[in-house]
Formats: sequence, structure tokens, C-alpha cells
Amino acid sequence: MKISKVFIPDDSSSLSVGSEETFLAFNDQLESESIDIIRTGSRGLFWLEPLIEFETEIGRVGFKNVSNNEVGKILTEFEQHPNYIGLIDEIEFLKKQERVTFANCGKYNPLSVDDYIKNGGLTGLKKALTLNQEQLTEVITKSGLRGRGGAGFPTGIKFKTVLNAVAEKKYIVCNADEGDSGTYADRMLMEGDPFLLIEGMVIAGITVGALKGYIYLRSEYPEAFTKLKNSIDIAKSKNIIGSNLLGSNKSFDIEVRLGAGAYICGEETALLESLEGKRGQIRSKPPLPAYEGLFGFPTAVNNVITLATLPIIISKGFNFYSSLGSRNSRGTLTIQLTGNIKNGGLIEVPFGIKLREVLYNYGMGTLSGRPIKAVQVGGPLGAYWSEKLFDTPLDYETFQENGGMIGHGGIVVFDDNIDLRFQAKFAMEFCSIESCGKCTPCRIGSVRGKEILEKIIFGDNVEKNIKLLLDLCDIMENGSLCAFGGLIPIPVKSAIENFKEDFIN
Amino acid sequence: MDQKKIKDIIEDNREKEGSLLPILHAINSSYGYIDKSIIPIIAHSLNITEAEVSGVLSFYHDFKTKPPSKNIIKLCMAEACQSMGCNDLYLKISNLINNDNNTSIEKVYCLGNCSLSPAAIINNKYFGRLTLDKVTEFLYNEDK
Repeated sequence: MKISKVFIPDDSSSLSVGSEETFLAFNDQLESESIDIIRTGSRGLFWLEPLIEFETEIGRVGFKNVSNNEVGKILTEFEQHPNYIGLIDEIEFLKKQERVTFANCGKYNPLSVDDYIKNGGLTGLKKALTLNQEQLTEVITKSGLRGRGGAGFPTGIKFKTVLNAVAEKKYIVCNADEGDSGTYADRMLMEGDPFLLIEGMVIAGITVGALKGYIYLRSEYPEAFTKLKNSIDIAKSKNIIGSNLLGSNKSFDIEVRLGAGAYICGEETALLESLEGKRGQIRSKPPLPAYEGLFGFPTAVNNVITLATLPIIISKGFNFYSSLGSRNSRGTLTIQLTGNIKNGGLIEVPFGIKLREVLYNYGMGTLSGRPIKAVQVGGPLGAYWSEKLFDTPLDYETFQENGGMIGHGGIVVFDDNIDLRFQAKFAMEFCSIESCGKCTPCRIGSVRGKEILEKIIFGDNVEKNIKLLLDLCDIMENGSLCAFGGLIPIPVKSAIENFKEDFIN
Repeated sequence: MDQKKIKDIIEDNREKEGSLLPILHAINSSYGYIDKSIIPIIAHSLNITEAEVSGVLSFYHDFKTKPPSKNIIKLCMAEACQSMGCNDLYLKISNLINNDNNTSIEKVYCLGNCSLSPAAIINNKYFGRLTLDKVTEFLYNEDK
């Protein structure tokens, strides 16, 4: 086959398994050839990383798990090499998906505006510049887009509230404090297609009438920080952001700020406090940030995926998006299949896919080869479910009806070596480490919860202590100021309910 | 800590909205920690109380008040990594570096590499599918 280009990811997940070393080896081998090496984001097929792609006359073909010492052999043997996996678009895991927001992630150099535009970039923003604010909020509302950070609040309604608030200035804040274990979709997008987020933030700014946007990024994502900073600089130089952007009469600026290692700053009001330079302690609501947010001004706080989906909704129309999904969960869900799973990665499909299909048809069961005992969907505040709930379709409503939550779409898989008593204890322990300390049920309750679970694990008055624990959960649920303390009982209670056999005996 | 440099960092950032975090980050990444003796300088420059600076400094896990060790292993201890044995790995690594004054281990909660657990960042390098052998080899090469 004739090779014209090589694509090597520099997404932090692929770097973690050696893609940089692989890149250096290709760089050495191809020094005298006229073949371009292009660094890309990841396709989200993480079990295949480092996944190297070649542009050939039959299309993009791939090689899985390419370590630096295989590079020479791959270049000589090519399709005879055992790591050859054929056409990328024909990989079952990818082919079955319906990628909307992640359609281009991993395909091109994330810092190339030209590649971005060639693949449909800026179409949404250019169209948005021809619409007025009411038309924009209407399109976004009709698309059915809901906040992908976890709460699922209708984005159009939030924007309308900020638009209608009367104030001297307004802000857009992108919540990129993706702290839930089992989630990385935001990171993948920021590292793999950052201009999409920038375009989405500009559209959000025009929609609500804000001139400034902040991206609050967690410090655990240094690679995303570099990519965002560079892409913002490039966007400025190309007048995608700044004054009179793209020759219009609109202006919008973006700045990226780093968090400092505090899970609670993913809660929107704690995030705003942190952006203001304070301790990340939550604010009591009301007032909602849409009325009084950053520095007291009306602020739309939205997740990365929510904002990055706006350009597609505007360019393709609300019907395109709202026709996907199930019940009141419209559009696509970006599932992150993680933990003890054979084929772990990012799956973007319309809402409504069954958990079982994700675990077995995409994930192919556990990596350890043992049976799946439990899954936790929705991060550290999500429920632990057993096999009997695997036929639940993934949408906001059905999950809630079954005592769970979709959250940011992370699924962590555990095999039968797991003891759910320890997972319940970890939930309380995590809450005690990360509580902002503002309200008592969360600050003290989590410590007491951990202590009770230690007694249960030790076998001390188990039934009496479970009763006490459930009572404590009730207080935390109903008495906590924000969703952190209020939802931490979900993993604890679901562990007890769905895995009774781990607790009694 | 060089007071002149600290003042320069403050000056570079003071025009930013909510400048305290960017200032603390800049100092922390220059020195690896933030000596408590500079709290009054920051408080005075930003016209806030020392208690406010101190409160912010102690709230965030990233900000250290003591010089860091040469090698820092940030091991993810969150659920996805638990499913792949990070608790066991933590004990093994702790044992490995027990007598090594140059190396410390820090528990972090999610590095966003959950499909390649257990995950870690060691001296700013990412690791996925981490094993004790990989840690041993990396530290050996770092100390060579």
C-alpha cells in the first residue's frame, strides 16, 4: 500500500501507554521520506492505544498497540503485520456508534484551524451570526439539549434566563472540572477537537449577550491545558474570538483557568467561588448563577460537551438533534466505558441504548475475564447496580426511576472480586476528603458514615449499624446544601440494596 | 523564596479577575510549593487579609506548603482504578519507596485515564495500565 500520511495520537491516554515513544520512532524511520507525521487526538478506542493510522489509497487504516520497537517492522511488513487492523471506519466498536459531538475527534491535528474548517468547523458560528438571540435560544431549546455535566438541565432554558437577566455584563463559564471517576469525555474533546469547544462558547456568548468566557479546567489535565491555551491563541489570531469576530459586530473572549485539585469545584457555585479566587465552597441557591453568578453577574455555567454540541445543533438544525434519543433525553450520550473492561473507550450513541449492550457488545466483558459483578454509572455519586438492572436503557428518566443517574456518562465495571462494603465505605471516605465543609450533613455525616461502614466491615452489630447508616443517608440526602452530600448516599444505599449478600454474613 | 520574583509573579497576574488562584499556581509551579512566609506579601498586594490567603492555600490539594520530593508519584485511587487493583498497587509502591527519601506517593482522584486503569502521573509523565515493574523501571532511570 502507498502511504501518504501517518497519524499518531498525543491524547494523554495514548501518551500513558507510549505514543510519544512511538512517535519518536516513526520520526526516526521516516526522516528521509516524504510522508507527513500528524499528531491527533484520540478516537477513544483506548484498548487499541497507541493506535496508529495511515492514509492510504484504500482509506485510513490502523495498527493497534504500536510500541516504539515495532515501528520498523510495521513499515516493512505493513498489512502482514499482526497488529494491522484494517480500515478504521470498519472497526465494529466505532462503526456502530452515531458520533455527533465526537465526529471529528482523533481525525486531524487538533490545533489546525484549516483541518477544522475542512471538516465543517465554524459553519455553526457563521450561521449563528445571522440569527438574533431569540432565534438562537429557540433553536437550542427545541433541540432538546440538556446539560451533559450530570444535572441534565435544559440548556435553552438556562440561556433564555441569562439572556433575559438585566445586567451590565454577563459571563459564559465552561465547567471543565471533570472530576468523576470513569469519565474523560471532556478531556478527550479538549485535547482532540478544542476549536469545537471554542466555537460553542462563542455561540453561547452571542446567544446570551456575554463578552467573556472562562474555561475552568481541572489541574489533573495538563495536556488539555496546553492544547486549550494554544487553541485560544490561534483562535484569537484568526479572529474566531476577539472583537468583531469573523468580521461581525460581535465580540467574545475566552480565558482558561486552572482548578487546584478539589472535586467540589465541579459543583457550579463552588466553581464560581474558585474562579473568583476564593475557597471552593458552595453557595446556597437561590439565587441561581443564571441571575447572580460570577462576580455577581448573570452567568451561564455549562459542561464542555454541552457547549461543544451547540455548533452542530446550529449548523444542522434542531430537528437533526431532537430526532435522536429516547423519552425526554434527546440527542446523543457520550458513554465512557471504563474500569475492568476488555474494550474500554468512548461510545457516542443516541440515548436509550441498554446497559447490557454497552457492557457486552461494545465492552466484550471484563478485562480480567471474570464475570461482571457490579457497575457504577454516573461517577462517585452514581448507583452500584448488579446484573438484574443491566437491561435498563440509558436515558435520564429511566435511570432515575430505577434509583440511578446517568451523570456525565461514565460507567465503571467491576468483576466478582469486588466487595461492595468497601465501595460503600469509599463513597463516604471520598466525601469526607472532598467535602467543602460548608454544611454539617456532608462534612460530619461523611466521617460518621465511614466509621459506621468500618464497623459493618468488621462485623460489629451489622444489622443495627446498617439501620443507623440508612438513617444517616436520609439526613445527608435531605439536609445537605448541594448535590455532593445529597447524592453520596446513592452509591451507599444502592450497594446495600443490590448486593445484600456482601453486607449480611 | 525570592521576594523579588514573588512580587513579579503577583504583578504579572494582579489585573486578572480573581487573581489569587493564578498567583498561587504560578508560585507553586515555580518552586514546587508555597512557603507560608510569603502569605503577608500576597495579602498586602491584593488588599485582602492573610486569613483569606491562608484559607485558600489550605483548601486546595494542589498547593503544597513544604518543598516536594524529587520524584512524585500521583497514583489514581478512584473507582475505575480500584476496579483494576490500585489499592493493592498503592501498598506495593509504598513498600518499594519506603526507604527512598527522594520519592513520595500521593493519592489523587481521577486522572481521566479510566479505560487504561490503573493510572498515574509520575514526574509529569502519564502512565496507564500501571504495574509495579513499570514504576521500578521508571524510578531507576530517573535516578541514574
